[in-house]
Amino acid sequence: MELDPFILSRIQFAANISFHILFPSISIGLCWLLVFFRLRFTLTGNKDWEYAYFFWVKVFALTFALGVVSGITMSFQFGTNWPGFMERVGNIAGPLLGYEVLTAFFLEASFLGIMLYGKNLVSNRVHLISSFLVAIGTTTSAFWILSLNSWMHTPAGFTIENGVFMVDDWMEIIFNPSFKYRFIHTVTASLLTSAFFVAGISAWRARKNVDGPATWKVLRTGVVLAAIVAPIQIFVGDLHGLVALENQPAKIAAVEGIWETEKGAPLTLFGFPDEEARTTHFAIEVPKLASIILTHHVDGEIKGLNEFEDAHPPVAPLFWSFRVMVGMGFLMLAVAWWGSYALFRNKVGPWLLRALSWMTFAGWVASLAGWYVTEIGRQPWVVQGYIRASEVVADHAGGMVLSTLIGYLLLYAFLLVFYILTLMHMSSKPARSLKESIDFAAPKANTPKPTATLGAV
Amino acid sequence: MDYWLPLIFVSLMGLSLLLYIILDGYDLGIGILLPLASDDEKDRMIETIGPFWDANETWIVLGIGILLIAFPSAHGMILTHLYIPVTLMLFGLILRGVAFDFRVKVTAEYKSLWNKLFFVGSLLAAMSQGWMLGSYVMGLESGLTSIAFSIAIALSLPAFYVVLGCGWLFIKSSGEIYTKAAKWARTAILPMGVGLFLISIATPIASSTIAAKWFTLPAAIGLLPIPLMTGVAYFTALWVLSKEEILKAGYGWIVFVCMVVMCLMMALGLAYSIFPDIVIGKLDIWESASSTASLEFALIGTVIAVPMILFYTAFIYKIFYGKSQPLSYE
Repeated sequence: MELDPFILSRIQFAANISFHILFPSISIGLCWLLVFFRLRFTLTGNKDWEYAYFFWVKVFALTFALGVVSGITMSFQFGTNWPGFMERVGNIAGPLLGYEVLTAFFLEASFLGIMLYGKNLVSNRVHLISSFLVAIGTTTSAFWILSLNSWMHTPAGFTIENGVFMVDDWMEIIFNPSFKYRFIHTVTASLLTSAFFVAGISAWRARKNVDGPATWKVLRTGVVLAAIVAPIQIFVGDLHGLVALENQPAKIAAVEGIWETEKGAPLTLFGFPDEEARTTHFAIEVPKLASIILTHHVDGEIKGLNEFEDAHPPVAPLFWSFRVMVGMGFLMLAVAWWGSYALFRNKVGPWLLRALSWMTFAGWVASLAGWYVTEIGRQPWVVQGYIRASEVVADHAGGMVLSTLIGYLLLYAFLLVFYILTLMHMSSKPARSLKESIDFAAPKANTPKPTATLGAV
Repeated sequence: MDYWLPLIFVSLMGLSLLLYIILDGYDLGIGILLPLASDDEKDRMIETIGPFWDANETWIVLGIGILLIAFPSAHGMILTHLYIPVTLMLFGLILRGVAFDFRVKVTAEYKSLWNKLFFVGSLLAAMSQGWMLGSYVMGLESGLTSIAFSIAIALSLPAFYVVLGCGWLFIKSSGEIYTKAAKWARTAILPMGVGLFLISIATPIASSTIAAKWFTLPAAIGLLPIPLMTGVAYFTALWVLSKEEILKAGYGWIVFVCMVVMCLMMALGLAYSIFPDIVIGKLDIWESASSTASLEFALIGTVIAVPMILFYTAFIYKIFYGKSQPLSYE
C-alpha cells in the first residue's frame, strides 16, 4: 500500500488539534468561573466559595497542563509537517502567533504558579488578581489564534508578491471578516462547555452522595450560566453562518446538502448525502426554509456545490458534523432551562442530576463537531481561495509520518483515559464543605442557607 | 531597518533559547534525577520546580516562535529536517508536563507510574534536544560525522541538565536532598566535562567553516576569554563540589552560577560560530528574514511585552524565593 504523506500529515494535524481543543474549550471558561468563585468568596466571606475554588482549581491545573503540552505540539507541527504554509504566509501568521506567545502564554504560565500554590504567600487580593490575569491570558490566547484561524477562512489586508503574502493593513488582517463572530462563538462555546462540565461533575457528586453546600453552589452556577449562554450561542452561531455564506459559500452548500444552485432552497433536516450520486437520500426537507434562514428571502438564491467543482469540501462529514453541533446545542439549551426551572422551584430530582452528569462532556461533542464544520469546511484550501493544503505539505517519507501519527494517537488515547479516570477519582472524594458541615455542625452566624434544602435532595 | 531587524530578532531568539536551556534545563535535570530519590524526596524535589516549570518551558515556544516569525523559511527547513527528534522531544515534554499534575491527583497505585513517566519524559526531552542541537551545529547534514556528533550531544546535554538541576536543588532545598544533590552533581559533572570538552574539540574538526572562524589571528586572541571563562566556571564548580565544608555552609548556589556562566559562554561561542547564518552554510539571517513590515509589527509587541514578561517573571521568583515549601493548593 502506498502511504501518502499528505493524507497522513492531515490526519496527524487533525488528531493533534482535536485533542488540543478539548482542553482549552474547558479551561478558558473554567478559569472565568474560578475568578467568579474567588470573587464571591472575597465579597461574601462564605467559605463554600473558597472550597469550590480549591476543588476546581485542581481540575483547572490538570486541564490547563494538557492544553499547554498539546498546544506546544501544534506550534511545532507548522514547521515539521507544513513548512510551505509559513514560507508563503509567514509574514502574516508569524506575528499573530508571536503576539500570542508574548501577550498570553507567559502571562498565564507565570501567574498560574501563584494561582495554584501561592495562596499562603500572597494576599487574597494578589491571589484574586493572579486568577484574573490567568483568565485574561487564556482569553487573549484565543484572541490571537482565532484571528489567524479566521484569516485563513476569510483572508484580508494583504498583497501577494511572487507567491509570498505581504502585509498591507494589520487591522484588516487581525479583524478580518469572520474573526469577530468566530471569537465570540468560540469563547461562548467554552463558557457553555465549562458550565456543563462543572454542573455535570457536581451532579455526579450529588448522585454519589459526596456533595456539600459548595457542590450545590457550583451546580447552580453552572446550570444558570448554561441557561443564559446557550441561547446566545445559538444566535451567534446563526450570525457566524451568514458570514460563512458570504465568504465561503461552498462550506454552506455542503452543510445544507445543496447540490445545485437554486432559488427558494429547502432546508434539509435529515438525510444521507451521497457525493457520488450528487443527491441526499431520504431527505426530510422543509420547503424554502434554507433560503429564508440564509438570505431572509423566500426565493433567495443559494449557490450549490455544482459551482465549486474540485474546490468544495467533502459533503458528508460537514453535513453530519453540523447536525451534531446544532442538535447538541439545542439539547444543552433544553437541559439548562429545565435545570434552572427546577433549581428555581427548589425541586431537583434524580432525573435532572442524571441528565446533567450524562452531559458533563456535552460541550466537547458540540465543540469538536463545530470545529469539524469550520475546518473541514475550508478544504481543500488552507488559505481560502489562495493556497491548497496539498501545496504546503512537507515531503516526508510516508512511513515516518505514519510512525509519528501512531505514536501521537497512542499517547493521546492514554492521556485521555487518565484524564477522565483522574477526574472521576477527584470527584468521588467527599466534598470538603460536606466534611466541614458534619464536623462543625454549628454554622457561623452569617452563613447563608439557600442551598440547605437542595443539599437534602 | 532591513539590515537591523533580522539582527535584533536573531539576538532575541538566541536570548530566548539561552534562557530556555538554563531554566527548563534545571527542571528537566531534576526530572532525570527523580528515580534516584525516595518517594518522599521525589515530592520535595518537584516542589522546588512546581511554580516555575510552565513559564520556563514557554521560553522554547518563544524561541521557536521567533524563528517562525522572523525567519519562516529557516523554520521550515530546520523543523522538517529535525522531524524525528522534534517529535520525540514533544512526546517527552507532553509526558513530563502532564506528570506534574497526574502524579499528585491519580489514585496511589498509579503515582509511581507517573513518577516514572516524569523521568522518562524529562530524559527523552533532554536527549532529543541534544540531538537537535548536534544536527543543527552540523548544518543539518545527514552524514556519519553529523550523526556521531549528534549522539555525543544527546548524551552530554542530559548530564549538563542534571548538574544544573543539582545547582537548583542547592538553592531551593535543604537536609537530605541537599546532601544527595551534592553526590549526584559530583557523579554527573565529570562525564559532562569530558563530553563538553570533546564536543568543543570535535566542532572545528567536523566543520571547516567553524574552524576557519576560530583559528585565525587576530580573532583567536579576542575569542580566548570564551574557552577560558568556561574552564574557570567548570573548575570552580568542580572545586566547590569537592569541598564538603563549603557546601555544608550553604554555598552550593555557586555551582548553579557556574553552570549559568558556562551556558552563557557556550551560547556566545555558538553564536559566533554560526553568525551570520541561520542554517549553517545554507541560509543567512537576511535571506530568510520575513518582510520588514512584518518584523516592525512584531518588534512593537516585543519591545512592550518582553520587559513586562521579565518583570513579572522576577515577581514570581521573588514570591517563591528561598527554600521551597510543600506545595499546597490551599
